[in-house]
Amino acid sequence: MIAEFGLAALWLAAALAGLQLFAGIVTLRGGEGLAGLTRPLAILQGVLTALSFAALMLLFIRTDLSVKLVVANSHSAKPFIFKLAGTWGNHEGSMLLWVAVMAGMGALIALLERRLPERTILATLATQAFVGLGFYAFLLFSSNPFERLPRPAAEGMGLNPLLQDIGLAFHPPTLYLGYVGLSVAFSFAVGALLTGQVGPTFAKVMRPWVLGAWIFLTIGIAAGSYWAYYELGWGGWWFWDPVENASLMPWLAGTALLHSVSVLAARDALRAWTVMLGVVAFSMSMVGTFLVRSGILTSVHAFAVDPERGSFILVLLAIYIGGALTLFALKAGSIAEGERFSATSREGALVFNNVMLSALLGIVLLGTLYPLLTEAFGVKVSVGPPYFNPVGAIFAVPMLVVMAIGPLLRWRRDRVARVRGPIIAGGLLFVALLVGLLVWRPFGVLPLIGLALSVVLMIASLLPLRGRNLLRLPLAVWGMVVAHFGLGLCLFGMAADSALTVEKLAAARVGEVTEVGPWQVRLDAVEPVAGPNWAALEGRLSARYRNGKAIAVAPQARSFWTPPQQTSESALLTRWNGQLYAVLGDETDDGRWQLRLWWKPFVTCIWYGGLLVALGGLLALIGRVATDLRRRAALGKIASRKDELAKVRGA
Amino acid sequence: MRALLAPLFIVWMALGTIPAMAQDSLPPAPYAYRQLDDPAQEAKAKALMETLRCLKCQGQSIADSDASMAGDMRHQVRLRIAAGEEPEAIRAWLVERYGDYVSFAPRFDGATWPLFVVPLIFLCVIGLVLWRKLGRRA
Amino acid sequence: MIWLPLALFLGFVVLFAMQLRNPAEREVESAMIGKPLPQFALRAAADVPGLANTDMADGKARLLNIWASWCVPCAAEAPQLEALRKQGVEIVGVAIRDRPDDVAQFLARYGNPYSRIGADDRSTVQMGIGSSGIPETFVVDGKGVIRYQHIGDIRAEHVPMLIEKLKEASK
Repeated sequence: MIAEFGLAALWLAAALAGLQLFAGIVTLRGGEGLAGLTRPLAILQGVLTALSFAALMLLFIRTDLSVKLVVANSHSAKPFIFKLAGTWGNHEGSMLLWVAVMAGMGALIALLERRLPERTILATLATQAFVGLGFYAFLLFSSNPFERLPRPAAEGMGLNPLLQDIGLAFHPPTLYLGYVGLSVAFSFAVGALLTGQVGPTFAKVMRPWVLGAWIFLTIGIAAGSYWAYYELGWGGWWFWDPVENASLMPWLAGTALLHSVSVLAARDALRAWTVMLGVVAFSMSMVGTFLVRSGILTSVHAFAVDPERGSFILVLLAIYIGGALTLFALKAGSIAEGERFSATSREGALVFNNVMLSALLGIVLLGTLYPLLTEAFGVKVSVGPPYFNPVGAIFAVPMLVVMAIGPLLRWRRDRVARVRGPIIAGGLLFVALLVGLLVWRPFGVLPLIGLALSVVLMIASLLPLRGRNLLRLPLAVWGMVVAHFGLGLCLFGMAADSALTVEKLAAARVGEVTEVGPWQVRLDAVEPVAGPNWAALEGRLSARYRNGKAIAVAPQARSFWTPPQQTSESALLTRWNGQLYAVLGDETDDGRWQLRLWWKPFVTCIWYGGLLVALGGLLALIGRVATDLRRRAALGKIASRKDELAKVRGA
Repeated sequence: MRALLAPLFIVWMALGTIPAMAQDSLPPAPYAYRQLDDPAQEAKAKALMETLRCLKCQGQSIADSDASMAGDMRHQVRLRIAAGEEPEAIRAWLVERYGDYVSFAPRFDGATWPLFVVPLIFLCVIGLVLWRKLGRRA
Repeated sequence: MIWLPLALFLGFVVLFAMQLRNPAEREVESAMIGKPLPQFALRAAADVPGLANTDMADGKARLLNIWASWCVPCAAEAPQLEALRKQGVEIVGVAIRDRPDDVAQFLARYGNPYSRIGADDRSTVQMGIGSSGIPETFVVDGKGVIRYQHIGDIRAEHVPMLIEKLKEASK
């Protein structure tokens, strides 16, 4: 019953999306009567898809073995949290999540957004419905999550053990809220293009939506990176893997969009660019979804693949992105030129930021797709960190330098001489750090620059606070400071991990002490332990930091039985200045145990920095929304006072 | 104590009856999980291993894989570095056998020149865009 | 200029469509085709003699079969190897990471088509000839030069093709 209900809700939502699109088209062409339907349709659509998704969750929670998807991906002995999170740990379930977020976003726009002319809102909702239709069709015709088996199975096949982790509860939902949240930017951009509304109002309206999606995307990527770090057992947190890049590309576009929208809102400049970025950001989300699910790229993070589904998504891509880019090309000429500004100004710095981020996006796209291109000619190449790191740095480093200075510049026009002091101080500090670090140890070029630059960035990000009343500072400025500081912290963590990590591979007997960095780690015992759907050998280690107090660390080598797979559960010991990362390997023939130990100084800064970036976004979002609400309230008061005056005068 | 026996027994049985997957039963090569004694050499070896692809995995380097072939490749890398070979010579040796696919560091040749030329083009275009957008004084 | 993003995107779509139609091979081909075998000398893995590269440069073209007792498709291709041997083809084997008892058990169960089997405990020879999986079969000519690589198990339909390749290598 629940499965049929969920499927019916999905069909109904799809039908409503069609109706919403129809209403939008008719209204835009001048027809009356249907305009009033659009908002309620969007809200209802959101409710229905939410119900459909809830139905799927219920099926997973109950391990309903008459549903094909549950049988393929779940098991009755699985812990509850993974039954729940397993709803989206597969292709069909995550596509339903995609569609639910899209419809949910549409519903929110319909409920809350009244700051733009109604025509533009309707065009936006129509676009959202148009994009939604394709994905509804994809779900209903090619990836039905509610398909039943002719006969219920005796037991499910279980969830991939690598996914049976708390990370599954966080990473996909936040990532999808971000990924698919960017569809709003896409719809707004297309809606504004169709109704000729590209201007500061449009930017101010779009900004909180973009911020919201971007915050979630930032958290989603950080969560994914940390999950891979402790789950895969080798201490790596980013490999420029195609699936990782698929999540980074929308983020790069989203960050550029965020900054571009600020310029458009404040100074009415960069109109065409902002619209273009709005289209590109969600296009990257869709391209990413295609790459991950079509099977044309190999990756350790890839979903179960199916070229047929890949073809379906490709057709959707061609329609939506091709359509939006065509619309842009046709209408871009009608977007009037915005205000002018000088090179040394806040706008100038933001233009630089935008251009560099777009270049980075282009590089990541090129490197990710290049092996596909050469394969079409029969040549197999691999493009990995040795390419992405240096080439990315070429564009990232100048961008970060300008990030340090930009917030200090005034809008419209400024002189370099005015900010000469901080620039010189920053430059001197950078050089001093470089020299100091080189004297300490012969670091590689990139880690060296990363370490020195990140410290300068963190200090520079605090400079906008100088000389201002901190209690009366707008939240949006706090947001900028926190986000830029977070980025500096993140870079510091990355550079520290590259430069300072110590690795120790040891074959230890029970009772033996292994040294790694400042740690002394003793293997006390190796014992079997059992879990709900796994059995493991657990290494009992006691670790002392510089011969201090012994702390217990317990890595496991786990064997699941449905499906039969072995995973390595690393054990982490976190201090303020880094993490001890311990992994238990196999037993050797002479009774020793393989231990893999890493001391990673300051590695947690990477993810704390990422979270700070998201927090900065949240502060900015709250600040902007609060300001907007206050302004609307004030305008409302003025309007009502005018009415009263008129009444008094009239009487 | 009796209460513990039953679950432990189950654990041992489970560990023994897990279906054997297609994997060899020989121990890993000596230098698969053992570092070189000289830290400088080990650092060179590690840096090289992180840029070589594990051919039986899905997009991982041999430094990040437990596959036995990856272990054998690590063993080869460490042996050769200890014998004094240069990392780039070892990379060339592997590329000679498996083609460019085995190396994550693309070379600059007839098949990969766009990878290096396109960033240069970007730099030129950026220069142009900035000059156009910012060259006008407000 | 304004049409550039659309043009680029359409290029991507064409590329993706091509890749979807001809999914890329997951297998890695050896780059040693046309090059001589590396120097190696492997101990015997079973009751037949071991294998060295010098054994392969005596003027006769052979099949070099990379296999292991723990490899399931190797059992599946055993009948085809036997069929090849009956047709006069000499097959030498390199057993990857295999214990002698396991090798002996496998041969007892599925037959022994090999004139020589070398034990490659650390995949050294496998790496040396650019093989990245098992089973794989190489056609090596009389001078010890690798002429052809067949990836995966040998099916009945591959047998005539391999005989043809051997004939070419013998010229």
